Amino acid sequence: MERIHQNLPALIVVLPLCMGLITSIIGRRGLGWWLAMGTASAVLAMAVQLLVNVLESGTLTVTYQMGSWPAPFGIVYVVDPLNAGVLTIVALIGAIVTLYARKSIASEMDPRRLHFFYALWLFCMTGLLGITITGDAFNLYVLLEISSLSTYTLVALGRQRNRRALTAAINYLVLGSIGATFYLLGIAYLYMVTGSLNIADIQHILATKVFPTWGTDAPMYRTTVYVGFALMAVGLSLKLALFPLHGWLPNAYTYAPSSVSALLASTATKVGAYAFIRVIFTLVGTGFAYRMLHTDVVLMVSAGAAILVGSWMAFRQTSLKKLLAYSSIGQIGYITLGFALGNVNGLTASIIHLFNHALTKGGMFMALGVVAYRLGNTRLQDVQGLGRKLPFTMAAFTAGGLGLIGVPLTAGFVSKWYLVTACIEAGRYEMAAIVLVGSLIALLYVWKVVEAIYFGKRPENVPGVKEAPLTMLVPTLLLAGASIYFGIDASTSARVATAAAHFLLGVTP
Amino acid sequence: MTPEMTILLAIGVPLLGSVLIAMSDRVPNLREAFTLLTAVATFGLVASLYPLVIAGGQPRVELLTVIPGVPLSFKVEPLGMVYALVATLLWMPNSLYSIGYMRGNNEKHQTRFYICFPLAIASAIGIAFAENLFTMFVFYETLTLSTFPLVTHKGNTDAVRSGRVYLGILLTTSVCFQLLAVLWIAALHNGGAVSSLNFTHGGIFREGLASGAVSPAIFGLLFFLYIYGIGKAALMPVHRWLPAAMVAPTPVSAFLHAVAVVKAGVFCVIKVTVYVFGVDLLQSQGRGDWLIYVAGTTILAASLIALFQDNLKKRLAYSTISQLSYVVLGVALFTPLGIMAATFHIVAHAFGKITLFFAAGSVYTAAHKTQVSQLDGIGRRMPWTMGAFAIGTLSMIGVPPVVGMASKWLLINGVVEAWSIPDGHFAEVFALVVILFSTLLNAGYFLPIVYRAFFKPLSDSDRAHPHGEAPWPIVTALTFTAALTLFFFFWNKPAYELAELVRRAVG
Repeated sequence: MERIHQNLPALIVVLPLCMGLITSIIGRRGLGWWLAMGTASAVLAMAVQLLVNVLESGTLTVTYQMGSWPAPFGIVYVVDPLNAGVLTIVALIGAIVTLYARKSIASEMDPRRLHFFYALWLFCMTGLLGITITGDAFNLYVLLEISSLSTYTLVALGRQRNRRALTAAINYLVLGSIGATFYLLGIAYLYMVTGSLNIADIQHILATKVFPTWGTDAPMYRTTVYVGFALMAVGLSLKLALFPLHGWLPNAYTYAPSSVSALLASTATKVGAYAFIRVIFTLVGTGFAYRMLHTDVVLMVSAGAAILVGSWMAFRQTSLKKLLAYSSIGQIGYITLGFALGNVNGLTASIIHLFNHALTKGGMFMALGVVAYRLGNTRLQDVQGLGRKLPFTMAAFTAGGLGLIGVPLTAGFVSKWYLVTACIEAGRYEMAAIVLVGSLIALLYVWKVVEAIYFGKRPENVPGVKEAPLTMLVPTLLLAGASIYFGIDASTSARVATAAAHFLLGVTP
Repeated sequence: MTPEMTILLAIGVPLLGSVLIAMSDRVPNLREAFTLLTAVATFGLVASLYPLVIAGGQPRVELLTVIPGVPLSFKVEPLGMVYALVATLLWMPNSLYSIGYMRGNNEKHQTRFYICFPLAIASAIGIAFAENLFTMFVFYETLTLSTFPLVTHKGNTDAVRSGRVYLGILLTTSVCFQLLAVLWIAALHNGGAVSSLNFTHGGIFREGLASGAVSPAIFGLLFFLYIYGIGKAALMPVHRWLPAAMVAPTPVSAFLHAVAVVKAGVFCVIKVTVYVFGVDLLQSQGRGDWLIYVAGTTILAASLIALFQDNLKKRLAYSTISQLSYVVLGVALFTPLGIMAATFHIVAHAFGKITLFFAAGSVYTAAHKTQVSQLDGIGRRMPWTMGAFAIGTLSMIGVPPVVGMASKWLLINGVVEAWSIPDGHFAEVFALVVILFSTLLNAGYFLPIVYRAFFKPLSDSDRAHPHGEAPWPIVTALTFTAALTLFFFFWNKPAYELAELVRRAVG
């Protein structure tokens, strides 16, 4: 037991990786789901344990050396308050969506190939968890590719329902690969300067040997570091789907199978945001990124545009999955705005919104998955009058919608509270206004759907629909309920997020 | 039972009531019994706190911490007590009336309808007893959301469109202005410029303004954001939601106009003026002077519009907009007596206006009439209804012996008190002119209705369609509220004493 405990940081990545391989071989006839479900539950338990360890222990970071090779030569996995929180989000959503996926995916693809689906599913989780936990910049790239490659395939699996899933997947593959390559190039540039791939080591070398020379007559590697950071920033922005690099996202979310949309929307972009935060705050530091390069201004402009344009595009959609996808672009804007502000409340907002939005949007995509499961389609006209036919599912969708608007006593409100306070503290009144206007646009697009659900007339001569099967309904309600719960009592989520923000900014509370 | 427990129960009982109502969906008589029982129990709980508040007690209780440092907490003080008492008292006849109306008109989805009322009342009590800005905002929003299904009850295109206006204006103002103000104050609080997020005697800006941590401009801007962030006070130009909400069934209109919603608006205006910004600070900084002109203009403009409405409920709606601005006018004098007048007018207007709406709904139920021009001679067929209507009318105009007179008296006293503050007296003259003219206008758009009903003969087509009074629950409810309106002129001790306590808290 003690052994397992010590090796948790490695196990949380290695277990889904191995189980993915095993599933692809022996996971036929329904066994695949059981393997995936078991793995996802184990991963969740490990993530929670890691989070507890980090928050309870006096030292805030746990470093694990792969194969006992010391850094900076070997690969290390590092657990700190920030990524322990993100790990928990990924593991939690992963477990809940896996539960949901069983019925949902079975209706969407060839049952004889389901074991491949679950194998890819586990690989995707491996990648996402790995990106989050690794302390090595190059290892991060490798895991980014693992998650991305499996994601491209998962998106393409939506082809049975709509052939456009294939185009969406190709589009995602091309842009995703460009993003990953940019990131890789960025690392190469930094490697030229520092000769290291370990994040902590790069930071140390930059801070002690490189940056101090810049004020003098002989600045070392200034252009190289500029270019390296710029490449990484662009690459990660693509992964994060930050406006205007969001082109791949709407179609990928729309045409992927329901459970894949739910998983991607609540975890993939979140991990991208995490990696971005890590690069800015840990790898190069805000002194370089914000005060020297003014990346924060660029990020704020992008975030503001994402909030306004993304939300407005969401309002224009009639395909509900696409509506949620565009809404995600707006929500990514909120997350980016938070860490662009760079103060404690801003980072707290960013991190807490990673969690809150994962709950909210995951639940909404799952509710739409139920509609797809029962009706085969998720256009606006399909949900007309569904409030009486699918009362629980539609209530879950509405609860999520209220969260997107940021109505008090939903998780979305807590995020907004921190974010707007942070904007005002930073003196960015225009960004505070944009956030509030963004909520109003969210009101428009959510209300459009809510009106259809509760006031719309069911078209004549359509067959009756029943409420969702339990294995789909329970996870949906679980996430929707959590998005309300963490709006009523945000003390836990706020504690984790604040601890992470304090840790990143190096301030003691 | 400790007062803390009572506060929580006053919010918990209506919530429990709505659960019971939902469960008794199939047994309408039981469902209605739960509605009435909840109404009586809630009023009992709120009223049981009255002696304590009069004795100067201010019990507080913390429900839970939503965001670290920002709890959902309640504290009972005289001003909140006034609003909570009015809302829960009038909810009783309102429930009785709803039953008569919904059954008399064979409305659909009655269970959903009855579920929403207690939710709204719980929100109203939450607003009344809120201890901090956050709690008030939370319940302000839940009140909007819980009344939305009531406003759109009919579910037709018209209802959906009006529902959009209702929700659109109320949420836009509250999110863009009120929430911004709350968060701005929270940010100032984080920076130490504001002493507390709680409602505090004398306001929370005193030290900040004195030390220069908060500039007077920001102080004035925050006041502006708050006043227009409270869209429920229906100050022009954010009043449009109120006429739009007329699409709702009449019990809902009565609920919006007299029991919970608009009263929540003006209550919040008084509360933030007294306990967040501070009356004397607003007076000395001179940053709220614009309010008296906006309120005065709203009074006159809304009265003028009311003059030309033929639809009875629309006319009543515009009358409400103008009456609400009396409250705001009282606040805008920034004197203790002005605040007292404003507080008292919440009560006075509530009694009168609920009677008027009850009468309008009664006419609709018995005679299916909605326009003023159709009311010729109806007073002889529905003497109770139109008698009550006449009493409500007198209260709106402010003539004795009805309660509306008392609040107008206090308001004029407030103006006189403001006169003693040496400035140009222009605002005070303006306020007096507004009060004078609006009284004339009130008489101008209300008295013709009474005249038509009692002194004009029935039209020929009406003679062919005989009808009597509305069902008994309706008549009972409106007689009760009309009696209250009369009675309260002679005996208004509870409201007066509470308003007096509010005045002392200010001065």
